[in-house]
Order: sequence, then C-alpha cells, then structure tokens
Amino acid sequence: MNDVLDVALRLLVVLAVFLVLPLVVGQTEHKVMAHMQGRLGPMYAGGFHGWAQLIADGVKFAQKEDVVPANADRRIFQLAPAVALIPYLIVIVAIPIGPGEGAVGTVVDAGIFFVLAVMGAGVLGSLMAGWASANKFSLLGGLRTAAQLLSYELPMLLAAASVAMAAGTVSLVGILDAFEWWWLPWQIIGAFVFFVAGLAELQRPPFDMPIADSEIIFGAYTEYTGLRFALFLLAEYAGIVILCGLTTVLFLGGWHGPWGADGLGWVWTLLKTAVLAFVIIWLRVTTPRLREDQLQKLAWTTLVPLALAQIALTGIVKVVIQ
Amino acid sequence: MTLAATAPQGFLSPTGVEIVFLLVGVVTLGAALITVTSKQLVHAALWLVVTLGGVAVEYLLLTAEFIAWMQVLIYVGSVVVLLLFGLMLTKAPIGPSPDADSGNRWAALAVAGGAAAALVWVVVDAFRTQWIDLDTAQGSTGDVGAILFRHWVLPFEALSVLLLAALVGAIVLSRKNGTTNEESRQGSQAREASEGRREEGKS
Repeated sequence: MNDVLDVALRLLVVLAVFLVLPLVVGQTEHKVMAHMQGRLGPMYAGGFHGWAQLIADGVKFAQKEDVVPANADRRIFQLAPAVALIPYLIVIVAIPIGPGEGAVGTVVDAGIFFVLAVMGAGVLGSLMAGWASANKFSLLGGLRTAAQLLSYELPMLLAAASVAMAAGTVSLVGILDAFEWWWLPWQIIGAFVFFVAGLAELQRPPFDMPIADSEIIFGAYTEYTGLRFALFLLAEYAGIVILCGLTTVLFLGGWHGPWGADGLGWVWTLLKTAVLAFVIIWLRVTTPRLREDQLQKLAWTTLVPLALAQIALTGIVKVVIQ
Repeated sequence: MTLAATAPQGFLSPTGVEIVFLLVGVVTLGAALITVTSKQLVHAALWLVVTLGGVAVEYLLLTAEFIAWMQVLIYVGSVVVLLLFGLMLTKAPIGPSPDADSGNRWAALAVAGGAAAALVWVVVDAFRTQWIDLDTAQGSTGDVGAILFRHWVLPFEALSVLLLAALVGAIVLSRKNGTTNEESRQGSQAREASEGRREEGKS
C-alpha cells in the first residue's frame, strides 16, 4: 500500500509542477516583455502586479466557443492539442530536480533518449493541426514545423550524446551524480548547441518561422479557438520549462551548486531553470525572426559541425583523463 | 543476455505482463491493418504512429528499455514526421484519396505473409520453450552496448556501411539537374509536388 501511495504522491507532485511552472513562465513573460518595452504589463487581475492574469486568461479561453472549421478533418483537428501537450507532461516525470531518488518522478535507465524521444513525438501535434485545419496558412505552418524539426533534432541529439559520453551513462540521474564543475567549460559548446536547437524545436523566437504571425497568421494554430488554442499555448510554455530543465540537468549541473547541495539542491535546479527561461523570454523581445533559409543554414552549417566538434573534444578529453 | 529456461512455465496461467503483452500486440496488429487498408493517406500515417508506438510498448514490456526509446525517437519522431512532411508537400487531401488503392495489393499481401512466416519460424525455431526472466532488466543500455560491441561488431559495421551507401546515393540523386528528375515522376502528383518543392527550395 505504501508503494501505491508513493507513486500517487509523485504523480500528484509532477502534475502540480506541470500545471504551475508553465503559468509562472507565462506570467514572467508578460512582465519581462512589458518592462523591456517600457510598459507595465498586466497590473489589475488579482491585485498585486496582475499575478492572476493568466488564470483570468484561462477562464476567458474556457468560455470561448470551440470552433471546428467545416472542411477540417474533425477528429484529427480535435486530437492535435492533446498530442502536442501530453508528451511534455510525460517528460517531466523523468527530470531530476534534486539529489537522490526522492527528487525525481521516476528513474529512467535511458533517460536522455526517453526525454528526447517523447519531446520529438510532441511535434506530431503541430503537424496534425497544420494538416487537419484545411487552411493553406496552417499547412505552410505544419510544413515549416516539420522541416525545422528534421534539421534541429540531429544537433540536439549529438550535443546530448556528448554529455552522455562525458558521464559514461545515459541516465539523467547518473549524469548528475557524475557531474564535476569543470564540465561547464568542457561542454559549453554542446550546451549552446543544445539550447539553440531546443529553442528551434519549441518554435520560439528567433526560430518562430512556423507560426510567423506577420506572414502566415499563426501557422498550424490559425484555426484554433478557445480551450484547444489555450492547450497549444500551454504546450509552448511547458516546452520552455522542459527545455530549460533539461539544459540545466545536462550541462549546468542540476542540483550541484557552490553550497547547500544536500538540502537545497532543488533550489539550484529551479534557479538555473528560471535564469534560462528568462534568457528565452529575453531572446523573444530582442531578436528578429530568422528567415527559413537562414534557419536551415544555421542548423546544417553551424550547429551540426559544432556538435560534432564537441563530441570529438569530449572523446579526446575522456581518453586523456583515463 | 541470459535466458532462463525454466520448464514449469505454461500457457495456461499467464502473468499480468503476458496478458498486457498480448493485448498490446492485438492493438498493434489492428493499427497496422488499418494503416495499410485506410484510404486516407494522413490517417494511415497516424495509424502507423500507433503501430510503431505499440511495438515500442512491447519492447518496454520485455524490459528492453533502450530499444523502446530508440524506436520512438527514430520511427515516431523522425520517420513519421518525414512521412507527414512528404504528404503535406504533395497536398494529401482531407478525406479519402481515390488513387490510394494499389493493384499490387495481392502481391504485397503474399510478400508480407511470406516475410512474417519466415520471421515467426526463425524466432520459434531459435527459442522454442525458453522464457525470458523479466524480473531483472535484460535490455538496459549497458547490456545492449556490451553485446552490440563485443559480439555483433561486424554486422553493426556492415549496417553502417549500408547506411553510408544510402547517404551517398541520396546526395548523388539530389545533385542531378532538377528538370529530368521532375519528368520521371508520375503525372498529377509531380505537378502538385513541384509546387511544394518550390516552397522547399525557398526555405
């Protein structure tokens, strides 16, 4: 009975994290973007600095009519938001936030592959949405999503493989156990490649070509309204949390910190994740969107060679150490 | 990999894992049948996701974790995305495609049946009444790596040469002048696809 309780409790915590953190990132985005643009952002909902703005948004989305276009492929159109969102919920289970087995939803032996595989499956949601909407803008958005995913999946995997080589394991928990502070400069190229490729996979600016609102309205999500649209937005913010958490775990040492690693490890993880999330928001405000050809060129001529160089470097250092 | 050959195992008192394995197998088989019989191209591709995912679950149930995630990463994450990409480029219509029926279906059925029979025969002949001990993980990343690079290095390298050949072939094909390539494809689909390809060329 104790086991069942343990599992239930873990799932409950994971669900809570999944529901709270993306909203926190969303609210931070409202405020950070506003202040960077010389505005105040939401100030009224909930009283203190508009903290309840996203909850109010959620209520608004839930009240809106759920429209399915007449020519759309009904079932796939309705299924797509779930396919986009659920993989991120599953991924959170495997990300360790503190030392020991108590601070991770479940220990997955091939953690890196599990996380990247399930994240990759989430993109199917955008593709389904793009095709099923029966809208040319949506179709273009879906095409761009697919093209982007295909070119950025490779450098992301290579960068992750470099860390796995360094640690001698593909388990996320194992990687954190093996982490030393000098991995930070050693794996810095890989960290850059992983983060950039992850941004592209999430379709965040400057890689938001698939949903470029000034060109193709909102890409694959053009026809969505109400709650289903909100689910896609939630998937985007959940994706930010996952990407930042993963970069933290793989490259920044997760719960390792200058002090307090025993009791306060989870604070370090959350802190590093929050800083990375801030960087993502910062990039959205300050960088223009890449053109589609620039985007492909960046992946194939910059990120892939950099990732391969990082793997070579990792291999050499690893052999020299032994 | 240690296969525990315990005699008293029988088919009459299945364990929970075995029941789940069979059920998932039935679902996978059903999804595979829908994949090849569906007249809606994109639906077929999405049922393929269910099929491949079902196979991944079967791997998981056999404690081959690494292979299961690889299956998801490569087949669901890349191959199906590539398939959908192609379908979108050729503007797969919503609703049934009239030309989705192939005249070769009986030949295809014969080949598929033959391949399945050969595989089942090989597996049955090789393992007979051996049972895998599922209480200890048999297919962890470490085990797979050790077996692959100790006992199966030659096939592994041969496969990589095969992939290299495919890669070189793809580069050679794509370097040819586009005009001759265009005409060798079939009628209306090529015309529709060329629009998409121009879009891709821009990208």
